[in-house]
Amino acid sequence: MAKWLGYGVLILLGVIAPFFVYEIFLIKLLSYGLFAVAFNMLLGYGGLMSFGHAAFFGTSAYLMAHMLKVWGLPSLLGLVLAALASGALGAVFGAIAIRRQGIYFAMITLALAQMVFFVFLQAPFTGGEDGLHGVPRGTLFGLLDLSSNLTMYYFVLAVFLLVFFFVRRMVYSPFGHLMSAIRQNEARAISLGYDVHRYKLLLFMLSATVAGLAGALKTLAFQFVSLTDAHFHLSGEVVLMTLLGGVGTLFGPLFGAFMLVGLQNMLAEGAFRALVPVVLGVLFVVCVLFFRRGIVGELQHYLKRSL
Amino acid sequence: MVELFGVPLPALTAQIFIGLVNGAFYAVLSLGLAVIFGMLNVINFSHGALYMLGAFLAWLGMQVFGLNYWVALVVVPLVVGCLGMLIERFLLRRLYEVDHLYGLLLTFGLALIIEGLFIYFYGTSSRTYPTPELLRGATNLGFMFLPNYRGWIVAVSLATCLLVWLLIEKTKIGAYLRAGTENPQLLGAFGINVPLLITLTFGGGVALAGFVGVLAAPVAGVSPLMGANTIIVVFAIVVIGGMGSILGSVLTGLGMGVVEGLTRVFYPEASSVVIFFTMAIVLLLRPAGLFGKTK
Repeated sequence: MAKWLGYGVLILLGVIAPFFVYEIFLIKLLSYGLFAVAFNMLLGYGGLMSFGHAAFFGTSAYLMAHMLKVWGLPSLLGLVLAALASGALGAVFGAIAIRRQGIYFAMITLALAQMVFFVFLQAPFTGGEDGLHGVPRGTLFGLLDLSSNLTMYYFVLAVFLLVFFFVRRMVYSPFGHLMSAIRQNEARAISLGYDVHRYKLLLFMLSATVAGLAGALKTLAFQFVSLTDAHFHLSGEVVLMTLLGGVGTLFGPLFGAFMLVGLQNMLAEGAFRALVPVVLGVLFVVCVLFFRRGIVGELQHYLKRSL
Repeated sequence: MVELFGVPLPALTAQIFIGLVNGAFYAVLSLGLAVIFGMLNVINFSHGALYMLGAFLAWLGMQVFGLNYWVALVVVPLVVGCLGMLIERFLLRRLYEVDHLYGLLLTFGLALIIEGLFIYFYGTSSRTYPTPELLRGATNLGFMFLPNYRGWIVAVSLATCLLVWLLIEKTKIGAYLRAGTENPQLLGAFGINVPLLITLTFGGGVALAGFVGVLAAPVAGVSPLMGANTIIVVFAIVVIGGMGSILGSVLTGLGMGVVEGLTRVFYPEASSVVIFFTMAIVLLLRPAGLFGKTK
């Protein structure tokens, strides 16, 4: 009961937030939060460290922009197609990368993502260094006009909550438990008769789909997409968000994303704008050396319960 | 003019040679990564940043202290190596008990810091570093003109790889190193100072990165961004080769450089992705890499 009360309070916070904070900033928090949730599905529950998740975020973001701007597809259809395409790319990446483990897995996903980055850099439809601007937001079923920031925010919130509870459901499902078993002792999971590769691939695809959804939402709300959405720095940032919040916790990546996006927003105004990568690097070093559980992870440890 | 597959022969050989030059850089960089990985089980993400640091220190040495190329070639790797030893001693060492992925993340953070600081102070534009006078000009090989400096890069890189091979395979300290890779506890039981050996290994590995930085400065220019893109390519090369042997690293590095050069001739649009694509193919056919052993 107390647990559901907690979720209720969070949803309520999400609903009343735009009366206190600028909607666009909230949308940014939620889309990067969703991205971090997607990444954490893979690392936190599957033990697979992808260093190329920006490829999914970026691919979906570019596809979304192209489908809405050039093909004139409805927003919702674009969102679904972009996420599915990202999932399909995840299937390709996954099939190649799960052949190796640990550090190799990280290097392979990084290299594959860099390949995707170069494709976007050179492909004619992406606008190269300029990116794609002026993506129309459109309407939902012809009824709700998304050009209003407030409507847009509530739409993003709805999608976010839907996916968040789907992920939560997945974590506590037999599939989630199996992934946890594979993470802790792969050999034993194999000896119990599970086709470990198939499950890893499925998890990778799911994670890529959610990451793609995050990228497409971001494009829809911000109406532009650029190369930074597919750059390996973004792949690193999502690692940091998850690490900062707490790997393998449900809320950790969300908090990590909020903190990092908030921090970047603060720094973006001042004289330290150019030092953002350095700040991120320092955070990385500090988290890795002294704070491996992350904020929510530490809290869990202290309260002795799962969050 | 002689043509091969519709491409003039001198243009082809020139591109192959540029490929060999890049391949030489890849070979020494991936060699450094492999030496470190063998001993520490850590993939050093800051390798690219330290390569950039090497080039920058050479440039700064010339601007501020008037040190010439030859001095830089000796001093810069030592400085970078010392920095590496500090990194190992005070940061990486704390992570040997936990998952090796944390080592990757730590060095990624370090790479962000180093590159971020250089971008902050020097901007992203590229600076030129003069080719040393002794190595200017070109030699006519009959079928092509070989720029002397590029020939020097390939020769000195191969010599470096050979020296590292000799050091590891034929000397006492190399024997300790190989023993430490196999079984550090047992080596420690024989009274060898293993932590010191690890520190030296890391220092040596990143000194190679600094060395490549100085070598590359006259041909690649000096820019804070030069390391980040290179290191990801080198990662792909390491995956292709499989970090099994020194010879494997060298052959894969040189080979991929040539493949990249040839792609630039026949299908230039794909030259930036060909190595990643090769990596994907190799993983599908031989997951352990060309020279790797499956554990």
